Amino acid sequence: MSSDMRYEAPATLEAAVALLAGASGVARVLAGGTDLLIQMRGGRVEPALLVDIKGIGEMRSISAENGGFRLGAAVTAMEMSEHAAFAKAWPGLTEAAMLIGSYQIKGRATVGGNLCNASPAADSVPALIAAGATASILGPNGRREVKAEDIATGPGKNSLAKGEIVASFLLPARPARSGDAYLRFIPRTEMDIAVVGAGINLTLDEKGVCTHARVCVGAVAERALLVQAAADALIGTPVDAAALERMGAAVSAACRPIDDKRGTKAYRIKVSAVMAKRAAAIALNRALDRARGTK
Amino acid sequence: MAKQHVTTTINGNPVEYLCESRQTLLEVLRDELHLTGTKEGCGTGDCGACTVNVNGRMMCSCLFLGVEAQGKSITTVEGIANGEKLHVLQRKFVEHAALQCGICTPGMLVASKTLLDRNNNPTEEEVRYWLAGNLCRCTGYNQIIEAVLDAAKEIRGA
Repeated sequence: MSSDMRYEAPATLEAAVALLAGASGVARVLAGGTDLLIQMRGGRVEPALLVDIKGIGEMRSISAENGGFRLGAAVTAMEMSEHAAFAKAWPGLTEAAMLIGSYQIKGRATVGGNLCNASPAADSVPALIAAGATASILGPNGRREVKAEDIATGPGKNSLAKGEIVASFLLPARPARSGDAYLRFIPRTEMDIAVVGAGINLTLDEKGVCTHARVCVGAVAERALLVQAAADALIGTPVDAAALERMGAAVSAACRPIDDKRGTKAYRIKVSAVMAKRAAAIALNRALDRARGTK
Repeated sequence: MAKQHVTTTINGNPVEYLCESRQTLLEVLRDELHLTGTKEGCGTGDCGACTVNVNGRMMCSCLFLGVEAQGKSITTVEGIANGEKLHVLQRKFVEHAALQCGICTPGMLVASKTLLDRNNNPTEEEVRYWLAGNLCRCTGYNQIIEAVLDAAKEIRGA
């Protein structure tokens, strides 16, 4: 590693944007560092400038907003899981973030970092997309709001322009009968990278009919896939076995995975339906439990 | 570029050091401060041998820059004993033969202490999940889990 890397830890988002926008060489945002420092060690990226954003209050907090939550992009998985109201509203997203690595990693790794690092197998990303999160991005030309599904574009690639930072996410207000869930398949119980991951978020009406659904699968394409046809298979149904079968078939049909050491194409396509169906069953139970709790 | 000046607290003592901006906390601890209790295993955050406690959270010091320690409070394995008096976890690791080669032990101790500081009555399953990021290739883990549970019992006065 060359030693002439500049390290800055600005206190405001505006200062961080100015540093990134003004950088002449390779510049990187340092959040938890659990991907970036490994890439630097391996020589895959040699930044001339690191902008550590962990001193920026807006990026480090969870707060109520418009009946939902504003989630700072540099909030760690552990911090999210320890925020009782957030973890109760979004158990699927919280569990997804808490599947990332060891407790050492969960105390460091951030949701914004997981999204911007743009691994197709990132665990929190399908859950974040299923949740309908909107990213608030600050850049040299001001702020813009972008759906979470439009950030990652391919392995290691995202849609951010030079100088832009994902500052936070808005998680929308939860209707009464809503639930989310995330499941991943790995060949052991901990400390592995998803072969397939599936995030489901759904809302029921008073009769138990699904009125809203979002289905997102990871590790089955170059980025997490939001599958509208799978959501459509659930909407208007009581999320019964027949609806789950149609939803699973739609998920499998949308997958375009690669063969790699973790799984073959055929295996991933098949398992994506299994994971999505199981996650939907959990999300359904959470929605029903909440409905009972509100009676 | 000039080295960065960092003011931090390590094992309760105020510490100042100069480091390159790319140096990891692990490199600073071992090579600059000569606190060689913290070990390097994989260097990629998978093995937990370099675990230290930063402001109450355990971290892999290989995935943490030396400059990020500014203003933080860090505990390494050297800070666990009280002088010559071993911490109960260290004593229980010895009693249960929870180590062989010893490379994983500093990380195991820091991680276990972080757990017991949060929860002095963990289940066996909680201990196993908490230590999932600390790899040991000697013991098969059972003695480590037993040592942690036994230490927790003593801490509770049970």
